[in-house]
Amino acid sequence: MSPPVLSLATLRKSVPGGRVLFEGLNLDVAPGEIVAIMGESGVGKSTLLNLIAGLDQADSGGVAIDGVRLESLDDDGRTRMRRDRIGFVFQAFHILPHLTLAQNVALPLVLQNIDGAAATARATAILASIGLPNRAGDRPSQLSGGELQRVALARALVHRPALVLADEPTGNLDPETAARILDLFVAEVRGSGAAAILVTHSERAAAVADRILNLTAAGLVHAG
Amino acid sequence: MPAERRPLSRTALTWMMVGEWRAHPGRVITAALAIAIGVALGFAVHIINGSAQNELAQAVRTVNADADLQVHATTPLGFDETLYPALARAPGIVAASPVVELSARFGTGPSRSLEGGGLTLLGIDPLRAASVTPTLLSQGASPPIEGAGGFVPESLFDPRAIMLSQAALAASGRKVGEAVTITAAGRSVDFVVAGVLSGAASEQQIAVLDIATAQWLFGSLGRLQRVDLKFSPGANPATVEASLRDRLPADAQIVTAQSEARRGDNLTRAYRANLEMLALMALLTGGFLVYSAQSLSVARRRPQFALLRVLGLERRGLLAQVFVEGALVGGVGAALGLALGLGVAVGTLQFLGGDLGGGYFRGTTPDLVVTPLPVLVFFALGLVAALLGSLLPALEAARAQPGIALKDLGDKNDPNAKPAAWLGLALLAAGGGAAILPAVRGLPLFGYLSIGLMLAGGVAAMPWLARVLITPLQRVGRRNVSIDLAVKRLWGAPDQAAVALCGIVASTSLMVAMAVMVASLRGSVDDWLTEILPSDLLFRVESGGFDAEARARIARAPGVGDILFQRTLPLRLASDMPPLILLVRPVDKAKPMASLPMIGRSAEAPEGVTPVWLSEPAARLYGHKVGEQMVLPMGGGNPQVFVAGIWRDYARQSGAIAIDQADYTRLTGDDRRTEASLDLKPGTTSVSAAQAIRAALPPEMAAQVQFFETRQMRAIALRLFDSSFALTYALEAIAIVVGLAGVAATFSAQTLARTKEFGMLRHVGVLRRQIILMLATEGALLGAVGVVSGLALGLAMSQVLIHVVNPQSFHWTMETRLPLPLFASLAIALVAAGAGTAVLAGRRALSADAVRAVREDW
Repeated sequence: MSPPVLSLATLRKSVPGGRVLFEGLNLDVAPGEIVAIMGESGVGKSTLLNLIAGLDQADSGGVAIDGVRLESLDDDGRTRMRRDRIGFVFQAFHILPHLTLAQNVALPLVLQNIDGAAATARATAILASIGLPNRAGDRPSQLSGGELQRVALARALVHRPALVLADEPTGNLDPETAARILDLFVAEVRGSGAAAILVTHSERAAAVADRILNLTAAGLVHAG
Repeated sequence: MPAERRPLSRTALTWMMVGEWRAHPGRVITAALAIAIGVALGFAVHIINGSAQNELAQAVRTVNADADLQVHATTPLGFDETLYPALARAPGIVAASPVVELSARFGTGPSRSLEGGGLTLLGIDPLRAASVTPTLLSQGASPPIEGAGGFVPESLFDPRAIMLSQAALAASGRKVGEAVTITAAGRSVDFVVAGVLSGAASEQQIAVLDIATAQWLFGSLGRLQRVDLKFSPGANPATVEASLRDRLPADAQIVTAQSEARRGDNLTRAYRANLEMLALMALLTGGFLVYSAQSLSVARRRPQFALLRVLGLERRGLLAQVFVEGALVGGVGAALGLALGLGVAVGTLQFLGGDLGGGYFRGTTPDLVVTPLPVLVFFALGLVAALLGSLLPALEAARAQPGIALKDLGDKNDPNAKPAAWLGLALLAAGGGAAILPAVRGLPLFGYLSIGLMLAGGVAAMPWLARVLITPLQRVGRRNVSIDLAVKRLWGAPDQAAVALCGIVASTSLMVAMAVMVASLRGSVDDWLTEILPSDLLFRVESGGFDAEARARIARAPGVGDILFQRTLPLRLASDMPPLILLVRPVDKAKPMASLPMIGRSAEAPEGVTPVWLSEPAARLYGHKVGEQMVLPMGGGNPQVFVAGIWRDYARQSGAIAIDQADYTRLTGDDRRTEASLDLKPGTTSVSAAQAIRAALPPEMAAQVQFFETRQMRAIALRLFDSSFALTYALEAIAIVVGLAGVAATFSAQTLARTKEFGMLRHVGVLRRQIILMLATEGALLGAVGVVSGLALGLAMSQVLIHVVNPQSFHWTMETRLPLPLFASLAIALVAAGAGTAVLAGRRALSADAVRAVREDW
């Protein structure tokens, strides 16, 4: 059995004021596995994603990606880990308005110092594969919400990350578009071989995952 | 395995910057222009000063030529010529060349300008001069001149021959071989132009003739103004100088190349330094505008930067991006500023002259001198101003927590947090402390440091001050939702208000400080002119002077009432200082305030000691106080005089000493007077009195008398004042334009960044016109806060200019006067600009539909 891409060990996190969001949280995610995390609002789902991404720090416990403990890295080290090993999909898309679609998608590549022309070519190819052929030079203002989320998905996968973190990726979309995006998400993530953590309120969205977990104050528990 | 560290991605930086600039070119251009204007002003002033100084140094080198040492007369009256053989025989001297030096002009009538003809007449012994000061007589590499038959030194022995520098030849309108009339010491003489002095500086008007001819024709028999000396080979200059010093009478002093250079430097150093500091203040304002632009840009892009951090851009990458943006803005602005500055310098030299209207090198247009070092320094200054302006925004961008910033969709300000005042107040206090420190080498460096600290303090205190000023409005209950929203927003986000205000406050306060200083000086000069020009008519003879008989004839002329004669002549107190003016006139020793605009106490001179009254600049420059004794180097003796009082004088920056006419005549034997002021008898006009006075004088002297009505004189003086401050007025105008551009850029950026907020307000039912009114109120309130803060800070800085910078630079004091109409115009302009810009930007922001605005992420 392959070592886990992501390993969370006895994580504890509280918020200012002392309220404990969760403690004793453990999770291993295998390569290629898609895990959905559900839970009520305010339970700490986004905080958990921030901890996994190295954007926030736990009170105690550990986060390891590809066997590297994030606690052992400084801020720059955690940043480089995100740059090279993690892809992100956000509810609000976060596509930069003044870059072209290809430039938006190519950002993770050029941040790794890959040549701009090569990065753009790869971005153009992946845009075509997710249903946006011949749109590489367009600006984000010309796209619908569903199209913007496709671009975000392309950006999350363009650098072939080991782990994709998706925070409510269909939260801003109508049901029909959301279903199409989910199908695309699963197909592309599985095609890339990456593991994925999908944080969602939607049971329909969670249903595409290999495992569904509920986040509670006591940690992650299997749902259903 | 941890990911490897890689260099920053240039592609990512380029994409982000190009994208940002393409989206908001106006903001980038405004910031670059602000830097360009600052660099242009500083660079232009610097190279104009450098060109003028170069011209002055060249002029000194030509006139003084190659002498190792010179002995100069302390006044134009000269010293006894028997000193010449004594100097020529002195140990360590191998050659000596006697010189008669007179102020002269072409033609016979009175000079059309108040400053005289600008021609220096040198009487020399050609053989002696050829060995001591050969450069003066060299042919050099002069362009061929039509009619020039070659340089013939022997021609100087011809009593009708005169050699002219190229500038003098051009001013005379004659050619070599033609006749020319020259007037000096009250006498007009016809000469033939025998040749051209090519060694003279390009703008210097010099005429050279034989010394015996000069003494004979211009009534200077037995007197010399200068002796040029050459050391024996191997002589120790210090020893020779010391031994000569012991042999000199009081009306002669030693001048070296170094002391001449210092004198030239002292003449204009304060003026130059002040202009350069003013120009650098404009650059500082540019730096604040870059700060405003970058802060707003960073605030608007906070979520974008957060995304980049999430995607893997390291902190230093973000820091680099904001810094590189600032550096490019600074680099482009500085390069533009250098080109602009060069153009301004060329134009200014052409139209205002090398002294920028200051009146130091009147009549000359120096050649432009540009060296690489100032180009590099001013480019670097522009770059540094932009980088400093980008520093805080860059640090703020790099410090932000990406996870939080990514979801930050609105104001992150906590309205309940109280803005800190300590840093601003501490800087203001430090500024106040620096103001009381003394000058450094005659320059008010601490005065300018004080202004810089006050400016920084004022800007740092802006969040606190904005809160303090808005709080009373916040407490007032209102029914108008637009105005209520506007006041609540400004009160709750003082940091954002401060970012918008810092450029405005910087430019407004500098402008107010300058305006108060100039208005105070102009008002004081105006009062002073009224005090010193109480008569109806003034007249003067340019050279020679009225003897006792001429004065008696004038006093008896029809229509002439009370009349006061005086004489002014330059007097050198120290060889490395510019000459001051000796003012010879009747002074009531018991009541000097009846004769001079006295300041402070007067003292009675001890029995047997001659009293003098020093002008304020003379007292400050030479460090004399009332009641002290000093040496007045004139008249061949070494008279000790008593400082009996200090009087106000704005006309002579190098200082003046007033002496009663009877004492002057007793000390020097000189009974001539060159100027007079008179009251007209009832029914007499200025014209008829002038005609009567001319009729009373010998025809040759009558032709040289110039008349001025007091009213005309005051107008000329104030015109000269305005000309001197022409550049200051230009800087003020530029400060206003830069300030208003800052208002436009910052308000526009802040308004456009709030598109989402406007969308939300439209969703909940706020009318479009209500949002426009809200924005207009915010803009007007910000403008008003800027005016109040800028006025307060500017008034404080003006007191440093008035009570520290001016006395330390120019050695005069003045009373504060407030240009209230200018303040009112400024207040209206800033409030209107604030409201107008906010409304215009608001219309643009509201043009997007409300639904899209709320959904928009950035």
